[in-house]
Amino acid sequence: MSSVPALVVDNLRKTYGNGVEALKGISLTVQQGDFFALLGPNGAGKSTLIGILSSLVNSTGGDARIFGVSVNQQRNEAMKLIGLVPQEINFNQFEKPFDICVNEAGFYGIPRKIAAQRAEKYLKELRLWDKAQHQARMLSGGMKRRLMIARAMMNEPKLLILDEPTAGVDIEIRRSMWQFVSGINAAGTTVILTTHYLEEAEQLCRNIAIIDHGTIIENTTMKRLLASLDVETFVFDVAGVPGPLPAMSGVAIRKVDEHTLEAEMSRDHDLNSLFATLSSHGITVTSMRNKTNRLEELFVRLVEGGRESGKEKAA
Amino acid sequence: MSTPTSASGEHNPSSRVEPKRMSNTATNLVALHTIVRREIVRIMRIWTQTLIPPAITMTLYFVIFGKLIGSRIGTIQGGYSYMQYIVPGLVMMSIITNSYGNISSSFFGAKFSRAVEEMLVSPMPNWVILLGYVTGAVTRGLVVGTLVLLIALFFTSLHVAHPLVTFFSVLLGATIFSLAGFVNAVYAKKFDDIALVPTFVLTPLTYLGGVFYSVNMLGEPWQAISRANPILYMVNAFRFGVLGISDVRIGVAFVVMLAFVAGLSIVALQLLKRGVGLRS
Repeated sequence: MSSVPALVVDNLRKTYGNGVEALKGISLTVQQGDFFALLGPNGAGKSTLIGILSSLVNSTGGDARIFGVSVNQQRNEAMKLIGLVPQEINFNQFEKPFDICVNEAGFYGIPRKIAAQRAEKYLKELRLWDKAQHQARMLSGGMKRRLMIARAMMNEPKLLILDEPTAGVDIEIRRSMWQFVSGINAAGTTVILTTHYLEEAEQLCRNIAIIDHGTIIENTTMKRLLASLDVETFVFDVAGVPGPLPAMSGVAIRKVDEHTLEAEMSRDHDLNSLFATLSSHGITVTSMRNKTNRLEELFVRLVEGGRESGKEKAA
Repeated sequence: MSTPTSASGEHNPSSRVEPKRMSNTATNLVALHTIVRREIVRIMRIWTQTLIPPAITMTLYFVIFGKLIGSRIGTIQGGYSYMQYIVPGLVMMSIITNSYGNISSSFFGAKFSRAVEEMLVSPMPNWVILLGYVTGAVTRGLVVGTLVLLIALFFTSLHVAHPLVTFFSVLLGATIFSLAGFVNAVYAKKFDDIALVPTFVLTPLTYLGGVFYSVNMLGEPWQAISRANPILYMVNAFRFGVLGISDVRIGVAFVVMLAFVAGLSIVALQLLKRGVGLRS
């Protein structure tokens, strides 16, 4: 594998005409073959960054290089390397999925015969072949999102950027989309994913950057980030709470209702002693689960932590 | 949903459909062909909106102005009947309005639905996007112009005096208004904006551009003012091509038309380069 990173973002800035500073000089690197999560709350600057990478947004400073090709200096060459699945539906809904895909390939200079073969291949892989000759407006929301993935694959990009591809899609289709994109990644395509479903990012991505208010507040491997989570919250379904809650060092137990308890505890604390304590207090645990997924917990802490420190600085 | 991996779970590179290595010129030609083809498919898909209305409108013009009113006017300039005199103007009028209408609605529609992003994120150069849309619009103009000309033959007889002048005046006229329609679509923020220019600029200029009369019939200063109207040169160049008569010198008409093509092309390409109304 070549040492040229799939993406190098170098001090990228964007200030919109209305004065909003969407990106405040961010830098990050995505290695070839990576499955990279770009997370952040609404309005953090994710879509602006993706817009600049796909040349839909003009940067006001810095540059991005896709496989070493500058977006600013060699836009056309850089765009040959990218496939974009945008957040919003952006195809002509009166066209047929097959035509949408074939035309997309045509814009990349791919001859019609090859484009037709690829359209068939990707529409079949995304289970849209039986809808290939229907008007796109007749497709369901999930089908439209899959169509945008098929369309993005028409130039068989080296870097596939997915901007919230599973928004509003039911869990079954979402999982099948994960499976498809994982396959694309396994086949060698570098993938950058933005999503608000943090379970998605945790399961799929190896590296992660969290962006908030136009700055990168975390950029590390998924493993390292998850390992940094020192506290977890468990939810216990119980048969009942006969008396006062037990007190335990290092564990904060809270009663949600007569049949639900929450326990926040450090990760090095064992669960056996907690179960033993609950049992000794006459509390029978019928089931348990994590309150939130781990990445979600970290994400909230990082974003909220960043905002608190911002307020302190401002004060 | 299947994945691009084999049954064993290993990547199967042979599943990729690889094109031969192509030059930039070849890829640009494929991209251009794609836009033009898509535009023509669109014109044919909605033919009841794109081809039939202008044919009906012009038929009414021929019946009312040519037959009913024209028969009372007698001959005009060079011994041509009024019907023969207005046919070139009406053909050019339909070419202009349809070229303009095609590109402004198609490109603004792509902007409105955000489908234009398909092209903006592709490696296609701006000139290919512009040329593709202009070619589509000119094609509609020429198809409608041909239809209108065929309808005119039911009402009068015509011979083409200067075929090359006829062809190039039609081509340049359609190109000018395709480019103007493109600029309009780039600036438009809502559908109303693409109706404003045809209503308040294009239609008055067309009616005052010598379609129904010779500007030589006007007194000053109206004759001088009319000569500032670019449509006058298109109508008269086309009329010269068909009938061999014109109110303006044919060389001047072509210089004016070429200047408009050059000027509007530069403006349209600059707008695309800066991403006005298209990129943030």
